[in-house]
Amino acid sequence: MAELAAVVASTHHPFYYRAKTSTGADRPPFADEWVAKQTAFAETLNRAEPDVLVMVGSDHFHQLWLDNMPQFLVGKAPFFDANWYNEEREFGLPKMTLRGEEDLAAHLLRDGLDRDFDLAFSNELRIDHSITCPIIALRPEADLPIVPVYTNIFAPPMPQPKRFVQLGKALREMVESWDSDKRVAIIGTGHLSLELGGPRQFGEHGPDPEFDRKAVEWIASGDIEGCLAEVSLDSLHHPGNATHGFMDFMLMMGVAGEGAKADHVDTLDLFHTMEAYFTWYPNGAPA
Amino acid sequence: MSKYLIDKFLYTVDRDPELVERYREDPAGTVAWWEAEMANTILNCIPAERTTWLSFAEEERTALAQHDHVRLFQLGAHPFLTLTLFIAMFERDHGPLEYQKAYGKAMEHITMPYPDITT
Repeated sequence: MAELAAVVASTHHPFYYRAKTSTGADRPPFADEWVAKQTAFAETLNRAEPDVLVMVGSDHFHQLWLDNMPQFLVGKAPFFDANWYNEEREFGLPKMTLRGEEDLAAHLLRDGLDRDFDLAFSNELRIDHSITCPIIALRPEADLPIVPVYTNIFAPPMPQPKRFVQLGKALREMVESWDSDKRVAIIGTGHLSLELGGPRQFGEHGPDPEFDRKAVEWIASGDIEGCLAEVSLDSLHHPGNATHGFMDFMLMMGVAGEGAKADHVDTLDLFHTMEAYFTWYPNGAPA
Repeated sequence: MSKYLIDKFLYTVDRDPELVERYREDPAGTVAWWEAEMANTILNCIPAERTTWLSFAEEERTALAQHDHVRLFQLGAHPFLTLTLFIAMFERDHGPLEYQKAYGKAMEHITMPYPDITT
């Protein structure tokens, strides 16, 4: 069976690519520290020597739209083109093409449906920065095949937080039951407190540092029970109007497991939002 | 009242470079054209298979025609769509992050709970 080589969860920040590649007067003062932290984070993935990446993210009204909105969707295709005109325009993100791992995608769909997750699927999916940001940050070679898993953290009504945790737990079991000798990393990105298009946006730090502090503690210590006791669809409005992206972190806590302490934890306080990086090695840290 | 149709306008304009410029230069004209020609187009269907019932309420039409992002927020437009499109149209006229900060500042009188964006 396949081996779950690493579980990786982080924020995704579309401005990282520009910060990393900028030079001279264009380079922001926080770029060097940011690149150093992302580079150390990337090394935690490289050490696990993955062959395949399951990428959990969320389409930001690019291909998925309100006339036909899935809650959870698996991409099953030989290739995934990536990044959209408005992401190139606003963030300077490059066009990319990633290979797909169709056999694993087919397995996740069949096994997921049989576990009562009514997963939608796409055979032609152009992925966006929720998946390409972690590729750019963690695996800039973009050389490994992926299976994208999209969640709806964006357009209400959304699934309950506990459903994200349940899907994460199932995703781990499904990967570990894939009939393959490949090493799989599951990588998911979401947000801590975040405000977009509202009065608290683009402040000196994230809109709710106290939520961020608690969230990092929940994730780092694998405190799923404590997190679920405090987080609801309603409560997530308070830290910032885009904070439902935290549910993708909750999905990744489900992948890592109750009580699973992260092997790598790092944060970076930026303007507008806090960055947070976590890696777990389910079968022990690589030598 | 149709939060969905406001979002559909913002979504279809934001993803099309020509429409972004057209809406920046002629907001009222673009909104009138879009409501007449595009509002009832199902995005992955041929034109003959149009929806028959979608139109803006007057206050929605006015908010879009006046580039009034504060009013759009209060009407329950999806804040990500509004922000992304307005950055595309107006960031170029300002220094780094100046537009984004002013955009938030213009809404500082809005308190929790924010308007529901459920469509």
